[in-house]
Amino acid sequence: MDLTYTVLIPLIPLFMFLFLGLNYKRIKEPLSGYIGTAGLLITALLSFYTAYQYFFNYGKVDEVYQKIYAFNTVWIHFTESLHIDMGVLLDPISAVMLIVVPLISLMVHLYSIGYMHKEPGFTRFYAYLSLFTFSMLGLVLATNLFQIYIFWELVGVSSYLLIGYYYEKPSAILAAKKAFIVTRFADFGFLVGILMISYYAQTFDFKILNDLDFINNLKMQTGIFMGLSVITVALVLIFIGGAGKSAMFPLHIWLPDAMEGPTPVSALIHAATMVVAGVYLVARLFPMFYFFDDGFALHVVAWTGAFTTFFAAIIAFTQYDIKRVLAFSTMSQIGYMMLALGVSGYGGHEGLGFMAGIFHLFTHAMFKALLFLGAGAIIHAVHSNYMQDMGGLRKYMPITHITFLIAALAISGIPPFAGFFSKDEILAAAFEHNFPVFVIGYIVAGMTAFYMFRLYFRIFWWNEPDYKHKPHEAPKAMTIPLLILAFMSIFSGFIPFDEFVSPDNKPFHSHIDWTLAGLSIGIGVLGILAALLFYKKEKDLSQRFRYAFGDFYKWTFNKFYIDDIYFFVTKTIIFKYVSSPFAWFDRHVVDGTMNGIGNGTVWISTKIKKLQSGRVQDYAMFFVSGVLILILIVWFSINY
Amino acid sequence: MDLNSLMLMRHELILTLLILILLVVDIVFTGENKKKVSYIAVGLFAVYTVIGFLPLKEGTLFGGMFETNRMIFTFKNILNIGVLLISLLSINWLNNKSLKHQKIGEFFILLFSSLLGMFFLISSRNFLMLYLSLELSTLPVTALAAYDIYSRKSSEAGIKLILSAALSSGIFLFGISFIYAAGGSLYFHDLVGNIGHSYLSIAGLVMFFAGFAFKISLVPFHFWTADVYEGAPTPVSNYLSVISKSAAVFILMITLFVTFRELIDIWVPMLYGISILTMFIGNFFALRQQNLKRFLAFSSVAQAGFVMMGMLAADKLAVATVIYFMAIYIFSNIGAFGVVQIVSIFSGKENIDDYNGFYRTNPNLALVLMLSLFSLAGIPPIAGFFGKFFLYTSAASKGYYLLVFIAVVNVTISLYYYLLVVRAAFLRRSDNPIPYFKNDVLTRIGLIIVVVSLFLIGLYSPLYDYINSVVNVLNI
Repeated sequence: MDLTYTVLIPLIPLFMFLFLGLNYKRIKEPLSGYIGTAGLLITALLSFYTAYQYFFNYGKVDEVYQKIYAFNTVWIHFTESLHIDMGVLLDPISAVMLIVVPLISLMVHLYSIGYMHKEPGFTRFYAYLSLFTFSMLGLVLATNLFQIYIFWELVGVSSYLLIGYYYEKPSAILAAKKAFIVTRFADFGFLVGILMISYYAQTFDFKILNDLDFINNLKMQTGIFMGLSVITVALVLIFIGGAGKSAMFPLHIWLPDAMEGPTPVSALIHAATMVVAGVYLVARLFPMFYFFDDGFALHVVAWTGAFTTFFAAIIAFTQYDIKRVLAFSTMSQIGYMMLALGVSGYGGHEGLGFMAGIFHLFTHAMFKALLFLGAGAIIHAVHSNYMQDMGGLRKYMPITHITFLIAALAISGIPPFAGFFSKDEILAAAFEHNFPVFVIGYIVAGMTAFYMFRLYFRIFWWNEPDYKHKPHEAPKAMTIPLLILAFMSIFSGFIPFDEFVSPDNKPFHSHIDWTLAGLSIGIGVLGILAALLFYKKEKDLSQRFRYAFGDFYKWTFNKFYIDDIYFFVTKTIIFKYVSSPFAWFDRHVVDGTMNGIGNGTVWISTKIKKLQSGRVQDYAMFFVSGVLILILIVWFSINY
Repeated sequence: MDLNSLMLMRHELILTLLILILLVVDIVFTGENKKKVSYIAVGLFAVYTVIGFLPLKEGTLFGGMFETNRMIFTFKNILNIGVLLISLLSINWLNNKSLKHQKIGEFFILLFSSLLGMFFLISSRNFLMLYLSLELSTLPVTALAAYDIYSRKSSEAGIKLILSAALSSGIFLFGISFIYAAGGSLYFHDLVGNIGHSYLSIAGLVMFFAGFAFKISLVPFHFWTADVYEGAPTPVSNYLSVISKSAAVFILMITLFVTFRELIDIWVPMLYGISILTMFIGNFFALRQQNLKRFLAFSSVAQAGFVMMGMLAADKLAVATVIYFMAIYIFSNIGAFGVVQIVSIFSGKENIDDYNGFYRTNPNLALVLMLSLFSLAGIPPIAGFFGKFFLYTSAASKGYYLLVFIAVVNVTISLYYYLLVVRAAFLRRSDNPIPYFKNDVLTRIGLIIVVVSLFLIGLYSPLYDYINSVVNVLNI
């Protein structure tokens, strides 16, 4: 079967980017929105078709899902085995991403026609969105580590451009810079990890890197570094890259600030797609993570995930900016996915955690995008990000209200909404393999329900503030995506993921353990009830709790001062004691030399100017003497 | 000799036919219809360029005087694309009403004749043939340089070019006679291994080299370059700077690598010295130019110095590297000259200061200019970077680290003056910028091809692999 057409999936958004980017002056709102959305619709349909065909038609051979190179070309050639390819890889996880990325991106494209209405740079916005979609698709379809790295950086660039979209706002610029620098810093680890792996394995190729025989051979050959296999060290470094993109503690500090970007961007990049790239990366290299040093690197993943999920959930309790609450919730949920991958085993039912992680990635993309887009609709209506300016909105925005409620129920793990199924599988996997991690996950499930419904009640119930103009429901372009995503948030939990995704690509059977499920529903309901008690009507109960917790509240509100610690380290220590001496050296010694060279160059060029006299006689003279001198030099320089 | 073996010179035959057709066409169309001549010429040339890519047999003709093989064939196609682009960009200028006379037919006939000369030059395997084709390629260009006969500068350029060319031809021919005396033959393949180290043969080599050094504008044979480029009509300068130069580099490289292989201990140090001299002198002069055409002239001198560095390795890789670099250089320089030419026709402005605020009024043209200059400067990810990079690799592979270092210093200097132009266009503001103007479709197509190629040649690696494979026909 010829699958070359799959190249079009990333190429259409690239074309859209070039087309809109080059014609940004000519194509005006709303035409550029229509063009961008139409282009993405084609990509989405192609992707869905490809994913469908893969799962139900040609993907499974002898009950095992194959890794298929739909397209592959050698880009740069180093040695026989080591070369950089560009291609399209189809396997269960990339096929899942082929549903998530284009679907969410399409929703965001559609939604933005309404949300970005009358914003300056409307076309630029759509060009950036297309660039991002292209990069993200290139990332998930990558056939090798190097390709994934290239697109990883491209995704970072488009994220930078979109966070800094309101480039006249200083805070947006700062946030964009922060996101770029922090993730770049993490990517350095990624790059070193890639180079280490390529050195020992002599390949970038995912098909080979995930082959069990190959991994066993590699285990024999590689050296030991500080008691660990070198490959394990490389994997941890790669995970640092993943942790940077996925905002894992302590590299999470950029994500809350990234909310300075337009809300649809937050929904697409900072909730559903780019931030799960780290999860995807770990899943991509899962066999390596699992088999080297008895899964040491995988334990790092599990504990980083567990810590982040708890840490972020606490902070989410105290934030007032609704987008920041959602940002911390995203961090927490990605921690959940990491945790799931971290507790997974390999083969058959052991691979439950892996499956659950990808499952949660899928359902989370749906309901978190829905939450963000809903938040966008609310911000659009009340022109503020802060809870204090909201309340009682259920009367004014019925569609937003219902869809937001569905998403909140889904994230809180209430059946039959999507989040229940994926979260339950994660807890089941953790229960079997790592009990302390299970306990953390279980507590966080309750916390999630609480802060999510705190948000919900504060926005839609509580007391109405004095609205200057009455809030109104969002336009159709915005509500239709909300409804589609709400539909997905209700029903996507019923997809039997164990049929499709597993670490060894063989389908297996999982079932819901109702004791465990009952427990997790219980804590979810408890969280919701607590939120109901605190926030349905305006009362001072929450204030009293705030005073009771005193300093702890303050610490939490200030996000445990992690930003300030970074600031202290960079500003006071690095800049003052490391950079300043270097800067002095650079200014005085290096620049001095360079300026000297520069001035010298100019001086010489004035001096020799007269050679070019404009007279042909002179030129002929130079010509002939040139020939003669050359002959003489050559004659005398060789002795016979 | 049957028709089949004559088809070995398919490029040359079709081109000759094309020139003959144009001679007739030029007579048929008069007055207002004269403009059609240019469209016909470019259209026919485009068709011919496409035909040029059809597969070709390899072999020799005329008792071994003429040879064609995959490498030569590839290089001719590269030149064809270059000339096609130059013609596309010239139409607007030729049809311009302000030109007092419209000798459109002559322009193309002369241009194509010169190209025909280049093709024979590339294919020749005999020194006499080499000399004749060199003349065929030079004489039409001298006429072209003086094309704008009402402009004093253009006439001056024509005179300067023909005087210098005559001098260089004389010395070149003199050199050939020495080589004949030393080796006893004019055929390349007879001379291999028979030249010997004598005062006679070495003097012959140097004079032969000087003839090509003149065409490539290596220091100290470069003096004509700036004056002619400035005075001649811009399309002609463009042609001189890319097509004429590339063809000369190619044939010089082949003769040095194959025919003069015996004397490798002579010409390698010679190239080494001239390479350094050319890079520095070209850069120092480019630094001070205000007129963009002079500026580009010196920049092209400096670029030639880099090419000489790539040739030092004297192996197949060096050949591939130089061909690759020249292909990139053709596109970069056509882009830069193209923009200068378009602006010069429209507004008559040619100085760097005139370009202040250019980006604000003509963003697309400014972008083309910037990309072309970046490519010349060798900034990644544009093709020029890869070209330069491979030149360094080639020189470094034979241990010429000092030269590579000098080249890097020169790249830095060149970066400065290329950025001067970019700064004027993008960052400076002006009260009196070049106003916005619209280009015709053909010009735009030409510029779009240039820009796409600037990215494609560097990033699409099969091109380099292909060039790497065709140089295998060389026997070194």
